[in-house]
Amino acid sequence: MSPGYRYRVDRRALVTGVPWRRFLLLGGAALTWWALYRVNGPVWDVLVYDVAGLDPAGRLGAGAHFFLYDCVKITLLLVGIIFVVTVLRSFMSIERTRALLGGRRQGAGNVLAAGLGVITPFCSCSAVPAFIGFVAAGVPIGVTLSFLIASPLVNEIAVGLLVTMFGWRVAGAYVAAGLVIAVLAGWVLGRAGVEKWVEPFVFETRLGGQIIDSTAGLTLDDRLRMGREEVVTILRKIWPYLLVGIGVGALIHGWAPEEFFTRYAGTGNPFGVLVAVLVGIPLYSNAAGVMPLVQALYDKGLPMGTLLAFMMAVVALSLPEMILLRRVLKPQLIGVYVTVVGTSIVVVGYLFNLLLA
Amino acid sequence: MMIIKVLGPGCANCVNLEKATRAAVGELGLDATVEKVTDYAAIAGYGVMRTPALVVDEVVVMSGRVPTTAQVRDLLAPPAGSR
Repeated sequence: MSPGYRYRVDRRALVTGVPWRRFLLLGGAALTWWALYRVNGPVWDVLVYDVAGLDPAGRLGAGAHFFLYDCVKITLLLVGIIFVVTVLRSFMSIERTRALLGGRRQGAGNVLAAGLGVITPFCSCSAVPAFIGFVAAGVPIGVTLSFLIASPLVNEIAVGLLVTMFGWRVAGAYVAAGLVIAVLAGWVLGRAGVEKWVEPFVFETRLGGQIIDSTAGLTLDDRLRMGREEVVTILRKIWPYLLVGIGVGALIHGWAPEEFFTRYAGTGNPFGVLVAVLVGIPLYSNAAGVMPLVQALYDKGLPMGTLLAFMMAVVALSLPEMILLRRVLKPQLIGVYVTVVGTSIVVVGYLFNLLLA
Repeated sequence: MMIIKVLGPGCANCVNLEKATRAAVGELGLDATVEKVTDYAAIAGYGVMRTPALVVDEVVVMSGRVPTTAQVRDLLAPPAGSR
């Protein structure tokens, strides 16, 4: 290597040309992440209780510690989860999903669609073109709806956070419930013959052009770059919800009296799950914003089934997404959609309260 | 003249793709117009299911992600060279 050599390679060539370099970077990033995650608790213990002198048993101390600790913890978890999942998902694509679903019948098609909804890279901003693309390619409406329900409901952020905060049992139950709801709701809507409630232009759309697989032919560096960018994009989009969620969680943690929530939504109240779902549907947030609330309420003694139902209602049914879907679905179908999915969530909530108790 | 269309309902990704595309067109010195397509039916009509997408002279060349300016340049360069 001549002395002048290194000045002639640009950064891009350097990264792609030396494969171990990017793995070294990745390893270093993973180590830094792990170290930060481990010191998060002890650092705030010292800062909040020793340096600031707040009482760990007092309201301000408990609330402030919850807020600071959770802000760092959830941000770290989000960075890790989003990066890993985005890189893994880049090996799947919505075009491949549609090819797999084309010509499927109701029933088996709903099951496959719900499963693919979990692993396909997809954001709700693409819900409308995906809906048109699926239906115009001959995927049945019910099967398409199973995909569209599973995708936000069983999302990677929700599952990742549940695993780290409540363990595999709760996370597994959540995934299973989400899949069952997506399969059943899609199947019921498909059987009900809701085609008449889909805007006619969807069926008239002719698919032109050739199909480009959105993630084919990417290099590993492209996939890693997509992972990094997705972390930044999502954090930038959800940080207000995150702050509100953790803030309310901290208030509940420090100030809400023990018996307040258990009285209205605890095991003693037969309408607890129903109340939680009705409160959750109009709330617009995301899994990351809801999780601190779920944790604070769980600490206050609310049953897990009620909390999972609340989270599903917030994540799966939201006003902005309904407004988006209104472009392709008539109000009647939106109404039935919300009713069917909402009812399934209520049933699952009661079931979990029996099983996870 | 080259007609480039940026497909997307107006989300952040679409804006970023439009920026990268305009930058690439500028770097290559192409004689091209960059248009935005925001109508869902029109987007789906191109066979695109994941926005944003890039269409060059009515041919979809990329969809579902935001490429770097350099990558857009690579996408635009071959047709420009064959002219």
